[in-house]
Amino acid sequence: MKLKHLLIVCVAQVVLTWGHYDKHMGATLAAASATSANPAAAFDTSAPAIVTGVVRLDGPVPAGKSISMTKDPACMKMHPSGVTTEDVIAGSNGALTNVIVYVSEGLGDRTFDPSGNAVVIEQKGCRYRPHVLAMQAKQKLQIVNSDPTSHNIHPLPTNNQEWNKSQPPGQPPIEATFAREEIAIPVKCNEHPWMRAYIAVFKHPFFSVTGTDGRFELKNLPSGTYVVTAWQEKLGSVEQKLTIGAKETKTLDFVFKPRRSYGTASLQ
Amino acid sequence: MSLLKTTVIEMLGAILLTVLSGPLALAQEVRVGDLTENAKQGKEVYRRYCVGCHGQLGNGQGENAPHLDPKPRDFTAAVFKCRSTPTGSLPLDTDLFETIGRGIHASAMPSWYPLTRQERVNVVASVKGFSPRFHEEKPADPVPIPPEPPTASAGIARGKQLYKKLECWKCHGQEGRGDGPSASTLTDSKDRPIVPYDFTTGERFKCGQSNQDLYRIFMTGLDGTPMPSYLEDVTPDQAWDLVHFLRTLQVSPEKHMSLRDLVRRPSHVEEKLNR
Repeated sequence: MKLKHLLIVCVAQVVLTWGHYDKHMGATLAAASATSANPAAAFDTSAPAIVTGVVRLDGPVPAGKSISMTKDPACMKMHPSGVTTEDVIAGSNGALTNVIVYVSEGLGDRTFDPSGNAVVIEQKGCRYRPHVLAMQAKQKLQIVNSDPTSHNIHPLPTNNQEWNKSQPPGQPPIEATFAREEIAIPVKCNEHPWMRAYIAVFKHPFFSVTGTDGRFELKNLPSGTYVVTAWQEKLGSVEQKLTIGAKETKTLDFVFKPRRSYGTASLQ
Repeated sequence: MSLLKTTVIEMLGAILLTVLSGPLALAQEVRVGDLTENAKQGKEVYRRYCVGCHGQLGNGQGENAPHLDPKPRDFTAAVFKCRSTPTGSLPLDTDLFETIGRGIHASAMPSWYPLTRQERVNVVASVKGFSPRFHEEKPADPVPIPPEPPTASAGIARGKQLYKKLECWKCHGQEGRGDGPSASTLTDSKDRPIVPYDFTTGERFKCGQSNQDLYRIFMTGLDGTPMPSYLEDVTPDQAWDLVHFLRTLQVSPEKHMSLRDLVRRPSHVEEKLNR
């Protein structure tokens, strides 16, 4: 009886511990496998390669849902003709806007200094501009409020520390950094529940956000074999493998399949 | 089964348990005043008193959790409402220690003053052990709270203007009833509905009840909730004005103020009684 009890406790402990490992060690394991996939490649920036391409949605483009800004008349006044959600924006030929394309594997344990230029996210018309932003870890982020109403900027990271700051109209920009890689941190404004942005944080500079033409460009890439991933907030991720030599320019197009349900503007 | 065999199996089990539970709780140093932690005893206290709501993994999913609102804190996220440090920072040991002692008003978290100071210090070590963040980062310096100026009607009037300008009313309402236009849509960081504080109830705040606590609450923000930090938006003088105005929204503040406050600032109470 005693033995049986002990066994049960042991098994439970093992299960619990594994659960914990999964959550916290997952990132470490992924990083380690990336290193071993490309062990001997030297980081050669003298002859950088370029990867470009277009991200498309293969299927019907979902219509944006209309947003009610009646809770804050200051916001509503700025949009006399109404506004719709921005979670999937696709143009002609299904070209997808706001997709982050980035190198997800193949850089090994190389480290990269953050860019000295600050990236800016603006609160304008009670929306975030841009809606999707990519930056490097420890790079400076400036948050601007151009609205005649107050906002609170509330990033909800899982791998970085959460914070929440108020920014009344006319306040100077708030400066922030994120210490660790995370794709992607949802940002919300509690005062205006329709406001959503995503900030992706990378430990390297090889990322790009698609414009309205669905086009991206990864520049200054050292030659090597990489996994390149395209991330869309509602459609998920698509990845492709690519080998590129020095000074080469390669085209890599991504195609997303529509999801059965796009859901509402809820987080995560 | 022989006694020896049983003993060996039990010992192996104990070793296995110790090895496996290692990553569950990284050793954490705690210092509160002249007390330091005894992590082992902290675990015992945690298992006895905390595990029912906060869970064995400290993720806030103990067996009582489904029945509670607000939900028990998820310690693995290392996001805490009651801090003396700026938003985004880890709390100080003393912040966690004081939260445990004080409890969280209007929630299922009781005051743990029945535990000794040493026991509360020990359990702070357990709480910190659930997140690797306490291992990797240091808390920022606490937000300084300058001495409180005397309450005056001019300051209260300025505080009222600030309440308007900072748009506190969007959530807390024009009269502080917690019924502002955004109140009904608020959610916490786990996307669960949450309501803003209703000043007119005069109840204690979640993170204390003194004027200093009130000052600290809106300067640091309550991380994990919609309440943001106003540290970069107001000066210390303005913050005190706002504190003095917010007290006027509480219908009978004198009932909820400590005796010390009453003795120290009779004019403050006088002013409210004459209103």
